[in-house]
Amino acid sequence: MPIIEAENLTKHFRVAVKQPGVWGTLKHTFKRKHRIVEAVKAVSFTIEPGEIVGFLGPNGAGKTTTLKMLTGLIHPTGGKATVTEHVPFRRDAAFLKRITLVMGNKQQLLWDLPAMDALRVNAAVYEIADDVFKQRVDELVEMLELSDLLYQPVRKLSLGERMKTELLAALLHQPDVLFLDEPTLGLDVNAQTAVRRFLRDYNQTHGATILLTSHYMADITALCPRVMMIHHGEMIHDGSLTGVIERFAPYRELMLDLEEPTDRDVIAQYGEVVSVDQQIAKLLVQRDVLKPTVQRVMEELPITDLTITDPPIEDVIARVFSTGIVTEDSPYPEEVAAGHDR
Amino acid sequence: MIKHLRILGLFWSTSLAAEMEYRTNLALAIITALGNLVGAVFAMKLFFIHQKTLGGYSEPEAMVVLGYFVLLSGFANTVMVQNLSRIVTHVREGTLDFVLLKPIDSQFWLSTRNCSPWGIPNIVLGLGLIAYAGWQLKFDAIAYLTGVIALAAGLLMLYSLWFSLGALSIWFVKVQNITHVLYQLLEGGRFPFTAHPTFNRFFFTFVIPAAFLTTFPAQVMIGRNDFQQYLGASNIGLYLIVVAMAVAMFIFARYFWRFTLRHYTSASS
Repeated sequence: MPIIEAENLTKHFRVAVKQPGVWGTLKHTFKRKHRIVEAVKAVSFTIEPGEIVGFLGPNGAGKTTTLKMLTGLIHPTGGKATVTEHVPFRRDAAFLKRITLVMGNKQQLLWDLPAMDALRVNAAVYEIADDVFKQRVDELVEMLELSDLLYQPVRKLSLGERMKTELLAALLHQPDVLFLDEPTLGLDVNAQTAVRRFLRDYNQTHGATILLTSHYMADITALCPRVMMIHHGEMIHDGSLTGVIERFAPYRELMLDLEEPTDRDVIAQYGEVVSVDQQIAKLLVQRDVLKPTVQRVMEELPITDLTITDPPIEDVIARVFSTGIVTEDSPYPEEVAAGHDR
Repeated sequence: MIKHLRILGLFWSTSLAAEMEYRTNLALAIITALGNLVGAVFAMKLFFIHQKTLGGYSEPEAMVVLGYFVLLSGFANTVMVQNLSRIVTHVREGTLDFVLLKPIDSQFWLSTRNCSPWGIPNIVLGLGLIAYAGWQLKFDAIAYLTGVIALAAGLLMLYSLWFSLGALSIWFVKVQNITHVLYQLLEGGRFPFTAHPTFNRFFFTFVIPAAFLTTFPAQVMIGRNDFQQYLGASNIGLYLIVVAMAVAMFIFARYFWRFTLRHYTSASS
């Protein structure tokens, strides 16, 4: 039984369009032109309890809008969403007690007060008994390595400490489903690692389901066995992270150390040449002919060493989003290309 | 209910703690409130040197109206203005998301989350003024009781108006100036509404019900009925009308808030 279900989830926004300049402003004040932005177009997916799913897409792809529809903050224009067997937009108390939303760019803690004050308010709102409250705070403080930072005014905390405290506040009611929108935004590498480790531990100890968006690929590769990629409001991939490489980059990179400088044309017989620099050559080889190609290279070329690597996942994903290049077996090439033209 | 009272206690103790970081502010607030009060009483005294009545009200009677005015503006400063300006900020910065995701009535949260001690001197002084005038006018217990109910109705009206205005920020985002609208609305209740010219009387009764906020509670205590000629209702009838109006406005504010929330788009990341 999936814990999150989206069926043709769609959101259109009506936005005012304003021309630049004084004249544009005047016209904008008296007569507004609107256009419809299709932020999310008929997106469907299901997520099982305990999964950690990465949600990828460039800015404006529709990630946050989807999260907001799943948490019930905004009303979908079309389609259906079910989270923990509730319709999110009704925002029933029973539903809200089972989910949480963490946004890297917004904070719920009060600036002038110690986090503990806000935590007490949350405990009362979520109806958490005093002893349970104390026990959970202790547990989360230990997992997040926050020690006594909860008693300092929030404004005195570093960005990383603040994010960890936000996570604590968001998880106090022990939700089953975590929606995380860029939880590591702006954090340094150490703090990012700490947040990632915490999320993985939390997922394992509480069996919580996590849907996470991030612009840091390291977050995704460290946490998410499954990724969903959204581009111009449409889902272009839903599957394993390795599946992304297989599907969008069905080739591997061969690096050859040659005994003597070899002609580019000779190397080109084995695959697509990326570069030839003296005795080092790099070429891309289609995955399905990798084995025979490697055998031929070893038999026919004077090599001292050979390395096979996957193209970096960041590059693959960046290329999908920036150029809309999708492989031939993709069911969506036209849409992605068309989306890019818009 | 107990849950809400407990939460209210936490809300106010935390926001008072945050405000008390700035103690000089409290001293200033007390001085300002006293100064305002002295000014208002002085102006009234000055007026009554040459006149026996103000819009048909004797001096202590007019003082009851002024007392209600000071009391209401104190209340507005303590709870309403604080929270109203936060609604606007919540909408603009997108932190309303956090409020909407809490398993608690969002209107309750937004209306009561903050309170500031700066209006408390006005509340105390307003009550003092009413008590002083009441002592001169020899009010009985029933007068005080009816006065309290009328005051409650007035507060409910003021709150509902204020919250409905705040809800507009969902659509228009920047509505900080509404705070001024609120003050102007109250300002209309500083003197007995019968002291205003006819047009203003009409305006303060039917357009913005400032007359019901201060003049009405004062007159039920005094035992007059200045509204009869406008509304044609007896004292008890009028009383019921005002209470019903307050309840209706509250219900409207609730529905209006839910309605606007359907149009909430949430500030983008």
